[in-house]
Amino acid sequence: MSAPTSTTSPARLALLVAEREVTTQLRSRAFVVSTIILLVGILAGIVVGSVLSKRDTSPATGSATQRVAVVPATAGDLQGLPGFTAVPVADDAAARAAVQDGTVAAALLPGTPVRVVGRDGPPGALVAALTRAPAVEVLNPAAQSEAVRYLVPFAFGMVFLIVVMVFGQTIAQNTIIEKQTRVVEVLLAAVPARVLMAGKVAGSSVLALGQAAAMALVALLGLKLTGQDHLISLVGAPVGWFVVFFVVGFVLFAAMFAAAASLVSRVEDSGPVIMPITILGLIPFYLVIYGSGSPVLMRVLSYVPFSAVMGMPVRIYLGDAAWWEPVASLVVLAATTAGVVALAALVYERSVLRTGARVRLGEVLGRRATA
Amino acid sequence: MLELTGVSRSFGDVRALDGVSFSVGRGRLTGFVGGNGAGKTTAMRIILGVLSADAGSVSIDGRPLDAATRRTFGYMPEERGLYPRMKVAEQLAYLARLHGFDRAGAERRARELLTRLDLAPRADDRLDTLSLGNQQRAQIAAALVHEPSLLVLDEPFSGLDPIAVDTVVNVLSERAHAGAPVLFSSHQLDVVERLCDDVVIIAGGRIVAAGDREELRAQYSEPRHRLRAPGAVDWLAGVPGVVVIERSEGEVLFEADDAAAQRVLTEAVARGPVAEFSPVRPSLAEIFREVIRDEAPRTATGTAVAA
Repeated sequence: MSAPTSTTSPARLALLVAEREVTTQLRSRAFVVSTIILLVGILAGIVVGSVLSKRDTSPATGSATQRVAVVPATAGDLQGLPGFTAVPVADDAAARAAVQDGTVAAALLPGTPVRVVGRDGPPGALVAALTRAPAVEVLNPAAQSEAVRYLVPFAFGMVFLIVVMVFGQTIAQNTIIEKQTRVVEVLLAAVPARVLMAGKVAGSSVLALGQAAAMALVALLGLKLTGQDHLISLVGAPVGWFVVFFVVGFVLFAAMFAAAASLVSRVEDSGPVIMPITILGLIPFYLVIYGSGSPVLMRVLSYVPFSAVMGMPVRIYLGDAAWWEPVASLVVLAATTAGVVALAALVYERSVLRTGARVRLGEVLGRRATA
Repeated sequence: MLELTGVSRSFGDVRALDGVSFSVGRGRLTGFVGGNGAGKTTAMRIILGVLSADAGSVSIDGRPLDAATRRTFGYMPEERGLYPRMKVAEQLAYLARLHGFDRAGAERRARELLTRLDLAPRADDRLDTLSLGNQQRAQIAAALVHEPSLLVLDEPFSGLDPIAVDTVVNVLSERAHAGAPVLFSSHQLDVVERLCDDVVIIAGGRIVAAGDREELRAQYSEPRHRLRAPGAVDWLAGVPGVVVIERSEGEVLFEADDAAAQRVLTEAVARGPVAEFSPVRPSLAEIFREVIRDEAPRTATGTAVAA
């Protein structure tokens, strides 16, 4: 027999499934078009936001020259930067005092890299003017404008929510279609159910991460084009953590969507099984946006696995998370994800071949006992 | 040889398979026959490992089946299923790769098979643009694309026109000649009778008859013979040990043991030309009806006990 030896590993099989998942999606016109619309929307949002924020810029940071307190060690750094007037002060303490009482818009202090001090928010114009990204210090972070307080949680939440909902629906739909068209039985003759689910989740995760990365790139590009580069260095660390949380959190949701979808046999029936998961994504989103002013609530949200993806990066951004907190939260999230994936695989395995009426979750999980 | 031994499986209170044992020989086409809900699909799914058995074992050449061996099997489920929006050749190549072929080998094999099944012109069309008959062929191709070491097909001929049936039969026979055991179920008993070397009959989750098709027919035949001779055949009623069942001009159907039948033949030849003298073998449909009838009361009791 010329058939090849069947030593194909589960990992390779999952990869094949994932590959099909990705190529099918990339060829889907609906997916491509919706992605483009999303990216254009982000770019437009940034441009519009930039225009609006320029309009209400206060005179101190406006087009006239900005007064910047400098100490002897940094006096030279400001030379050659148009639009800034150096106001020499004796030392760091005097510089901070000057910023605090409003006699200067910002202060430039020595350090590696140099430290830029603002009162109620980062001194954007100065940060942007410096050739090397400075460390930013805000004297009264609590006074940061309401808009910014909402904007960052909103951006993190929106990106995660959009990607989870779009890809969650896709995973659910593809799972049901495989069941509805019975192709799943042909597949199961070649691929174990768990591997099939793993491949689907992996394929979607790659696409989701790709789409999120595209959104991030477009956002960066937009900030660059509108001259708001300084914001990039401000959100750098939170965004880095966000990506890590995003990947793990996405797998958590993807596995739940796949398992839930395997309970029904027709796309029309998907609503009731998908709904609870959608709610699990929506509630944390609103809590993080409206709760960003409450440190206690935010602390809780940053550890609850379903909201950690949005909550923890926001806390890092607001600067009230200790270095070990994201690590601890990530461990909690990863452990939850591992548990949920195992459970989801069990549900998927036991219900994916049962067609007809909706399979009850309790029935699936309790079946071993009764069989 | 594929062998099922004492395989049982229940779904809740329903006992779908009850101690099922039968075998599928290499190089032979084995027909799997039974009424609706008799357990054919469950048995096939267990062979493929898509379902697990509650009890009993499935082995090939004496070795228990493992996942790696099962992946070399080809399967066509009763409920047809392929990706409707995927191109036919691409879909087949994907399945072949899942079964362990490399990309180039998978693509080549998919094209070859589509040509063999007269589907080559539609290879790059989406499955849902094909007619039902052609989708059926694509489904058969999906079961064959990885050159399976064993084939299990649930109702492979339903929905095919006679020419397509022949095409498919040729492909299946080819697989059987290459040494693969081939098991397929069908409601069309005449098709099974024409094609199969062996027949397995299942009813109420139990095997009620299994074996070589001709042996089964011999086993279930009553000792009846048919004699056709142009002359009068009235004399036959007088032969000892002969009971005439039906008589018309120049033809008579009678019951007799072998010795009496031989006496009739000798007498007939002595009296004049004989056009036909043959034992009457029941058709598969007749055997099926008979074994199902015999089985019915037993199943009813079994169900009553289970319930």
